[in-house]
This record gives sequence, C-alpha cells and structure tokens, in this order.
Amino acid sequence: MPEIAPPAPMAIPPTTAKSAPLKTSRFRVPGEGSSVRISIVTVCVLVALWFAVTNLGWVKPLFLPSPQAVFQQFWEYLTGTANDKPLWQHFIASLLRVTGAFWLAFLTAVPVGIAMGMSRWARGIFDPPIEFYRPLPPLAYLPLIIIWFGIDEMPKVLLIYLSCFAPLALAARSGMKSASQEQINAAYSMGATYGQVIRHVILPSALPEILVGMRIAIGFGWTTLVAAEMVAANVGLGQMVLNASNFLRTDIVIMGIVVIGVVAYTFDLFMRWVERRLVPWKGRM
Amino acid sequence: MPTLDIRQLTVNYAVKGGTLQALAPVNMTMHDGDFVVALGASGCGKTTLLNCIAGFLPPSTGEVLLDGRPVLGPGAERGVVFQKHALMPWLNVRDNVALGLRLRGVDAATRGRLAEEKLALVGLQAYADRAVYELSGGMQQRVGIARALANDPAVLLMDEPMGALDAFTREQVQEILLRAWSATNKMVFFITHSVEEALFLATRLIVMSPSPGRISHVYDDLPFSREFLAHGDARKVKSEPAFIRLREEVLGLIHQRASATEEAAHA
Repeated sequence: MPEIAPPAPMAIPPTTAKSAPLKTSRFRVPGEGSSVRISIVTVCVLVALWFAVTNLGWVKPLFLPSPQAVFQQFWEYLTGTANDKPLWQHFIASLLRVTGAFWLAFLTAVPVGIAMGMSRWARGIFDPPIEFYRPLPPLAYLPLIIIWFGIDEMPKVLLIYLSCFAPLALAARSGMKSASQEQINAAYSMGATYGQVIRHVILPSALPEILVGMRIAIGFGWTTLVAAEMVAANVGLGQMVLNASNFLRTDIVIMGIVVIGVVAYTFDLFMRWVERRLVPWKGRM
Repeated sequence: MPTLDIRQLTVNYAVKGGTLQALAPVNMTMHDGDFVVALGASGCGKTTLLNCIAGFLPPSTGEVLLDGRPVLGPGAERGVVFQKHALMPWLNVRDNVALGLRLRGVDAATRGRLAEEKLALVGLQAYADRAVYELSGGMQQRVGIARALANDPAVLLMDEPMGALDAFTREQVQEILLRAWSATNKMVFFITHSVEEALFLATRLIVMSPSPGRISHVYDDLPFSREFLAHGDARKVKSEPAFIRLREEVLGLIHQRASATEEAAHA
C-alpha cells in the first residue's frame, strides 16, 4: 500500500573510503551552486587592485589612500592611539542610536502596520502621512527636525527612527494578507474568536514579511546614520567620517566607510539567520 | 440527538448586470450517523451549500438550523475539511491537530493526548512531531481530517477533501474516513466529483444539478459503507453487482443531463 508506510528517510549506509561514492541525481536550476568562493576571489582581486593602484603611485593618496594607510588608521583607532576618541566609542554611540531607533520603530510601526492591515479606519488615517514622507530623503527634512527638536540625541534617533518606521509598517500591513482564506475559515470553524484568528493565524503567517521588513529597516537605519550624525554630534561612526573629511583625511574616511559597511553586513547575516530559525516553512507551503 | 435542518435555503450572488441564483430553495434534514454525499458537476452549488452550513456564507433567504438554533456564523460544532488542507505551517503535526482545543483553552497535556488519539485514527501517530510541510499531500489531508475530528464537532463538512489525491491514496483515505466516522457516529456532509467515491461513502446520496443549483435526485439508505465496515473489503463492495448497477445509474443521470445542457447550448 503506498503512502501508508512512512517514507522514513532512507538511510543509505555511509560509503566506506574504499568503495566508490554513490552517484546521486538531481534537477538543474538556473544560477544554482554556491557563489561564496567567487565572492572571496572578487574581494581579493579588488583589494589587490587597490594595493597596486595606490602603491605604484598611479593615484595620489589624497584621492585614494593605500590599504596600509587605511589599516594603519584602523589600528590606531582600535588601540586608541589616534588623535580622536577610540573606535569602540564611535561604534557604541552609533550602535546605540541605530538599534535604539530600530527597536522603537519596531515596537510602534508593527502595531500600526497590523492595524492598517486589519481596519479601514487605521488604513485611512495612517496611509497618507506614511506614503507622503516615505519617499523623501532624510536629508530633506533634517533641517526641519533640527529646528523643531534641537541638536542633542533626540533628533538623531528620530531621524533614524523615521527611516525605519515606513518599511516596517508597510511590511506588517502587507503581511496581514498572507494568511489564506482557508486558514482563516479553518480557525473560525474550530471556534476561534476574531482575536484568536489574529493571534493564531494572521500574525504567524505575517512573520516572514515582517522579518523581511526588519531587514530592510535596519539597512535604512544604517544608511541614515551618517546624515543623523551630521547634526552637531561629537561621537559616532558617521561623525568620525564627516570630521575626517573636513580635514581631507581620506584614509580615515575610507576606514569609517568600511567599518559601517561591515557592521551593516553582519547585521544582515544575523537577520537571515534569525529568518531561517523562525520561519523555516517560508515558501514551502 | 443532533439534527441539522436546511429550510428553503437560497443563495444569490450579485454579478455584473444582475444576480445569479447559485442555489434554488434547498431543503434537507440530517441526523446523527448520516453520511450525506453531494455529487454533481462544477457550478451546481455544492460548495455554496457547504459554505452556508459551515456559516462562512450567510444564506440569501431561508435558514440552516442545528438542533433548532439558526446557524449565524462558523462554529466549533461544525468542523470543516478543506479541498486544500489549510494547515498552519508554523505548527507541527500534533499542534495543528490540537489547535482547536488550544483555542478553547484545553490544557496542554489533554490536548496533546487527544491530538495523538486522532492522529492514530488516521494512521499518522508516528508523525506527530514532524513539520507539516515535510508530509506528502495525502498525509497533509489526513492531518486535516484529524484536526476536524479533534474538535469533536457534531457535523463534519468535507469539501472535496480527496480532490488532490492520487487514486491509491484516495481509496486508503476513504477507508480511514469511514472507520473514523463509524467510531464517532457523526453526521458528515461530503462533496465529491467521483460517483464511485460517493456511493462507497454515502448513507444518503444527493445528486445536484446546475443553473440554478438544486438537489435533483436523492438516494436514501445506501448500504455500501456499512457493508465495507462489516467485512473491511473495499474491492468486494465496489465489485458487487448492486454497486455497479447503481454507479451506472447515477453516471447515466449525470451524463444525460450533461448532454441535455449541451443540446440546449447548441440549440
């Protein structure tokens, strides 16, 4: 009888070193295979080019400092021997701003997005302001925020908060439509109340979209960081870069850019890991 | 003794430039232990009727009464098994089956035990801890049946639950379903396109016809499901002369009407 017998994963005895490995078959997909090695080679080539171009004197150090000079700055900042605050202080200040603003945005934007998805009133109220400010570059309303809220910590966090808010709210809103009508009806026909349908069906099925929204939002947060720290900051990665550029210290500028990039990339890798852990069923039903 | 009463039920849909009568007045009564199968071509209102009984769709006129009380919306006393299983992929098999109990506030130990009991009924007790997306289509459908049974509904509504299954799995799930039905003695309302499946499962077969959707023939007291439960040999039941004769008769009904509608269309 087919199907009644559990198709337990067929245990193939591990091939010993002597016997030839068992040949397996699979379908081919366009663009398949790991790209990690290619990416590593690309990075190495780019760095090698950078070395060559700068050390052979093809470009003036003012325009493009050598990797050694950049690393030198990194080392001095790391050990605190640079003529500035040590790197970890800049890093902590920026990290607190970005993560603080991000979590504030998460705690407010997700409920707003859920309300927008579930109620025409909430949608009618929140849709115009969000859709109006969302495409504006943060630098455009930065002066206004300075005039309104001054130049201390609050306007910096507010600017990053605003850049995280819209993608999170929109992701939560569209996530509300992820549950199928059958899943919702199934819950109702098991006696679920409206609140239970939201809690047990609609929210879990929205989780993949909310996680994608979180990835996009944290990316926007880092993007807005430098703009936010243009406002009378005396510490922070963005401030470090801007300050260095005032003195034409391109080695510090590039070092800061690399640090911001690496931190943002690490965050994204972390979010992808969270995604795999929380929603392993994504795209499989 | 739970009774389901359908009285003068009609459903009209608003369509472009008017209304479409999906169900002409339908009257039907079901009791405990009735296995009613609705058979008919697409567009004859089977699913509309089921949606009204489930409470997903309010009737345009008429009413559905369960034990004398009108059905006003979906509820736990009417369990539904869907065409596409509609399981929750973020829950494992056991938690899917136990979801209805959890919604009612049953404690974790009791609902785990009940879920495993129902999983055993559909032959999936070994899969309780698996993720639902790891199961085959037939197994997912069986989880859907176990989930509906776990809520212990008075009525089980099944909308072509075997539609997506291959012929072998289908026969197997039919047998599982009959055993579960006889063990619980619930009323079942079951929709199918397959004449053989309908005759095999039903105690009462209603043949429906389209435009407007209505019950055109009723076969009462069909013996085949009880015969199967008595001796457990599905092939024997399906090869009986009485079964074959009735199958041809019902097929004749459906074909005759299909050709009649075609002629009407050509005329």
